[in-house]
Amino acid sequence: MKKNLSFVIALVVTAALAAVPLFVKKDSLLTYLCMILLYVSLASSWNILGGYTGQVNLGHSAFFGLGAIATRLLWFAGWNILLAMLVGGLLAIAFALLIGSPAFKLRGAYFTIGTLALGQILYATVGNLFPQISSMPVQDLISYTLVTRYYLFLAVALITVLAATLVANSRWGLGMMAVREQEDAAESLGVNAFQHKLLALVLSAFLAGLAGGAFAFFQIGYYPQYPFSPIWTLDSTMMAYIGGTGTILGPIIGAIFFVVLKEVLSLNLAEFHPTVFGILFILVVLFLPGGFMGLWKRIKDKQQKKRESMAELSHP
Amino acid sequence: MLQPLAQNIIYGILIGALYGLAAVGLSLVFGVSKFLNVSHGELLMLGGYASFWVFKLLKIDPFLSIPLTIIFLLLIGFIFYRLIFSRLIKLEVEKKIQNSLLVGFGLSTILQNVALRLWTADDRSITTAYSGLSFELAGLRLPAVRLISLAISVVALISLQIFLKKTFTGKAIRATVEDWQSASLMGINIHRVYLLAFVIGCALAGVAGTLVSICYSIDPSMGLNWTLKSMVVMVLGGLGSMIGTFVGGIILGVTESATAFFIGGNYRLIAGLLLFLIILIFRPQGLFGTKEGDR
Repeated sequence: MKKNLSFVIALVVTAALAAVPLFVKKDSLLTYLCMILLYVSLASSWNILGGYTGQVNLGHSAFFGLGAIATRLLWFAGWNILLAMLVGGLLAIAFALLIGSPAFKLRGAYFTIGTLALGQILYATVGNLFPQISSMPVQDLISYTLVTRYYLFLAVALITVLAATLVANSRWGLGMMAVREQEDAAESLGVNAFQHKLLALVLSAFLAGLAGGAFAFFQIGYYPQYPFSPIWTLDSTMMAYIGGTGTILGPIIGAIFFVVLKEVLSLNLAEFHPTVFGILFILVVLFLPGGFMGLWKRIKDKQQKKRESMAELSHP
Repeated sequence: MLQPLAQNIIYGILIGALYGLAAVGLSLVFGVSKFLNVSHGELLMLGGYASFWVFKLLKIDPFLSIPLTIIFLLLIGFIFYRLIFSRLIKLEVEKKIQNSLLVGFGLSTILQNVALRLWTADDRSITTAYSGLSFELAGLRLPAVRLISLAISVVALISLQIFLKKTFTGKAIRATVEDWQSASLMGINIHRVYLLAFVIGCALAGVAGTLVSICYSIDPSMGLNWTLKSMVVMVLGGLGSMIGTFVGGIILGVTESATAFFIGGNYRLIAGLLLFLIILIFRPQGLFGTKEGDR
């Protein structure tokens, strides 16, 4: 029953999002929605490895950047954008497979700083190899429509959330969560920790690569280094944490909150957006480990308890 | 060929001393409390800006203002510890490292943002009357300020070593590094030791920051790279070994300058990080550290 209900809600939300361009004609609002969808994809894909499997990956921007750079180059070379994005996602997978086995030799915090170093290596290397700004050719600029970009972002976000949901509710998802809780205990129960982590990494990388592809299709001009910037990683991590890691809704809420907060602050505190978000992030890590979703669950549990005790009182 | 290479290596040693100094602070905090404070680079930046403004506004020589920087960073460290890090003490080790790292990231985002807004993104450096001075030795140039910085780094390191080895408080800190539970049973106030190690770590970052602003330059986004360099040096040197850490700094400095010489200046950072990954994977206890199990 509950499952059906959330399915219906998801369907309605999807339909509403798909219908948005029919009603919304203002470019600024559509761009705003594009950003939300991009951040949903980033935070949700980060969450598969960081939230469900417990491997805090601080090199997420590497996958995003690889997807972006491959897509951009192939698309400019005349490829179909979808095909180019697919190659971008596959490139991210290839990189994930390359680093997966050495990276997962590192546990816990060592994995985290190892991925941070990897991300910075790619960031610096791409900056060295492609120092020139990448601008859209004129013929693409003429045919540029925001609505196409919107649908592409929507598709990537939907695929990401759907993939996360499917994995989380599968045997693999259970294995990942077991690895997150206690790696050795999971191993002793026959869960191959390495395989589960690798699957999460590959999936997370592929989805981030697709998001990078959509970004490359959307952004008119940028330095090829930019999508590799650690900012993308930090934002993804913070959004997932603030919304609630290890849940489907958490990163989505985190992403919406992130963009909306940015908009609200832009009225008078735009420049201090990172500060406000940083403070929130610290508060969540210290006092609210489950993020918004955890808070919601706590409130619900309390009400449930209250109801139970009330019921006990009336039927002694 | 040989002359420029030797010159490059000397520059590498000189900057390596600063890497070592920066890393000693990070390593001390991590060794004692298992807080991996990734905002270490931002603390270094704050130290650099403190000396910069003291020099610019009050015309106090940056080398002489080091005590002021130390006091400033001790204070900042105290505030951060009380407000944030002290709340992580009770977590188990793995979780403690992870969460201190996350909190550190939040903190570095904030500090970077604030520095950017207060002081703009401009590169700053302190130029004194003697900044251009340098000595010649066998045809090699030795800039005076960098030599003085090397000396200060060594002095700071030796004082720290004496403090840890000779004083009662220092011994308490070392006991906590080795086994906090036994230390606590012996009547050592662990919370005090954690706080002390944390603020000393901050002060060391501050001194390093001052020296960086004198010899090189500072800007609001420098933090992450300095944190990474400190971490590279920390794993190079192995935990718990101050001398090892300092030598690790010099190794990193020389590696970087050799990379700059043979491949190109843009690849300095990458060489260091690659070195880091290789060591992390093949020798997690570092080059000078002892095998796991005694931590």
